[in-house]
Amino acid sequence: MSTPAIVMLVVSVLVIWGGLLFALLHLRRADREDAIEQEMHRDL
Amino acid sequence: MSTTTSQDEQAEARRGAFSGRRVFILAAIGSAVGLGNIWRFPYVAYENGGGAFMLPYLVALLTAGIPFLLVEYALGHRYRGSAPLSFARLSRRTEGLGWWQVGICFMIAVYYAAVIAWALSYTVFSFTQAWGEDPDAFFFGDYLRAGDPGVTLEFVPGVLVPLAVVWVALVAVMALGVSRGVGATSVIFIPVLIVAFAALVVQALTLPGAAQGLDALFAPDWSTLADPAVWAAAYGQIFFSLSIGFGIMITYSSYVHRRTDMSGSALVVGLSNSGFELLTGIGVFAALGFMAQASGVAVGEVATSGIGLAFIAFPTIVNEAPAGAVIGVLFFASLVMAGFTSLVSVLEVVISAVRDKFETSRVRATLVVTIPCALISLIGFSTTSGIYVLDIVDHFINRFGILLVAVVSMVVIAWGVRALPRLRDHLNRDGSVPVRGWWIALVSVVTPLALAFILVRELWAVIEKPYGGYPQWMLVVFGWLAAALVAVAGFAIARVPWRPETSLDVGDRPENDTTARSQP
Repeated sequence: MSTPAIVMLVVSVLVIWGGLLFALLHLRRADREDAIEQEMHRDL
Repeated sequence: MSTTTSQDEQAEARRGAFSGRRVFILAAIGSAVGLGNIWRFPYVAYENGGGAFMLPYLVALLTAGIPFLLVEYALGHRYRGSAPLSFARLSRRTEGLGWWQVGICFMIAVYYAAVIAWALSYTVFSFTQAWGEDPDAFFFGDYLRAGDPGVTLEFVPGVLVPLAVVWVALVAVMALGVSRGVGATSVIFIPVLIVAFAALVVQALTLPGAAQGLDALFAPDWSTLADPAVWAAAYGQIFFSLSIGFGIMITYSSYVHRRTDMSGSALVVGLSNSGFELLTGIGVFAALGFMAQASGVAVGEVATSGIGLAFIAFPTIVNEAPAGAVIGVLFFASLVMAGFTSLVSVLEVVISAVRDKFETSRVRATLVVTIPCALISLIGFSTTSGIYVLDIVDHFINRFGILLVAVVSMVVIAWGVRALPRLRDHLNRDGSVPVRGWWIALVSVVTPLALAFILVRELWAVIEKPYGGYPQWMLVVFGWLAAALVAVAGFAIARVPWRPETSLDVGDRPENDTTARSQP
C-alpha cells in the first residue's frame, strides 16, 4: 500500500470510528448527568 | 388539558413503542445500514477520488445527513405519529407528503424483498459454490432465467420459494409489533451483522492482494475535489444510505419515549452508518484486490457495485479464495440481515400509517399491507422478467420518488410552514447536542440545494439517454408512471378524513413547548 493510501485509511478510521466512539461516550455521559439531575429533583 | 394528555398517552400505548432508546438506536441503525452500504459505498468512494472522497463524504454527513436526520427525528418525536399523521399534525395541508412517502415505501418493499431472496439463495449456494466456474452466466441464466427485457408471467421456482420465505418471515415480524417485532429484529440482527461482517473483513485482509485493493480504495486523487459530480456523489451516498426522506425516521422516532435525547441519538445513528460503510469498503476492496491479483488484472478492472458486485464478483472471489465458502456465507448472510432490517423499517412506515389513519389493530394492519405487497412482489419479481422491472422501478423511485419528496418536504417544512424553530426547540428540550441557527441554515438552504442539484443532474441524465437501454414503454410504465402514481395516490389518500378519535392537535400544545427538563 502506498503511504498516501495508508494515511487516508488511518485518518478515515480515526475520524469516523473515533467520532462514533465520542458520540457514544457523550450520550452515556448525558444520560448519567440526567439521572443525577432527576435524583436531585426527587430529593428536593 | 390533562384528560387530553392522558388520551394521547393511551393512543400512544395502542400504537406501540420501543422499549428504550437503545432499541430505537439499533432499529434506526438497522434501517440505515442496508444493501447500499455494502454494495454501493465502496464503489462510489473508489470512483470519486478514493481516499480524497472521504472529505466531501464527511462534509455531506455533517451538513446534510445528520441535519436531515434531526428534522425527521424532531417531526416524528414531537408529533407522535406515522409520516402522514406527523405531517397532518404539523399542518393539515402537508399530510399528502406523508402519504407520498408511504407510497414510495410500499413500492420499495415490493422489489427489495426480491433482492433479499436472491441473497438468501446465495447464502445456501455458498456452501457448495453452486454457481460453478461462470457466476455471471449462472446468475442471469441458471438462477434468474432472465430473457430479453419485457414482462412475462413465467415463474422461476428458485426465486419464488426464497421470496415466499422472506415474506412469511416479514409478516411474522411485522405482526409481532413495534417492540417484539421491529425492535427485537434489530436487537438480534445488528450485533450479529457487525460481527459477521467484521469476520469477513478479517478473512479478506489475510488474502493475497488485499493491500492492492485497499490502495485502490484509499489512494487519494485530490484533483477530483474540484469536480461538482464528486460532491454530488458524496451527498447522494449520504442521502441514500441514511434512510432519510421516506418517512422511516419519522415513524421510528414516534415510537420513542417523549423525554428522549434525540440529537445525541442522531449523532450515534449517523456515525454508525458511516462506520459500517467504512468497514464494508475495507472488506469489499480487500476481496476485490485478491480477485484482481488472482486474475492478473488491475483492481479497476474488477471493481464494480450493486448486483454485479454481490452476485458475480463475490462468487468469483469465493471460487478462488482459501476458505471461500466462509467468505461467501458471511457476505451473503450479511446482505440478508442488512436488507431484512431495512425492509422491516420500510414496511413499518406503511403499516404505521394504515394503523393511524384507520384506527385498526396491529395484526389487521399488518395483513392489509403485507398480503397485497407480498402478492405483487411474488407475481412481479419471481418471473424471468423480474430483474428488469426491479432495475427500472429502483432507479426511478429512488430519484423521482425519494429524492423528489425529500426536496419538496424540506422546502415545505423550512419555507412553507416555517416549522424549523419549533422543531429546533423540541430537539433542544431533552437533547444533549445543542441545535442552533446553524442547523436551520443547513436544512433550509444547504440540504435542499444539494438534493435539488442531484435531482436535476439525474433528470438530465435520463432525458439525455434512456436508462439502461430498456424499451421506452418499460421506462414509461415502470419508471415514470410508477413514480408519478405514488405521488398522486398519496395526495388522494390525504383527502380521506381522519377518524374522530384521532387528535390532530398533538405536538403544538403548550405542555410540549416546556423548556425545563424537570423543574424543582
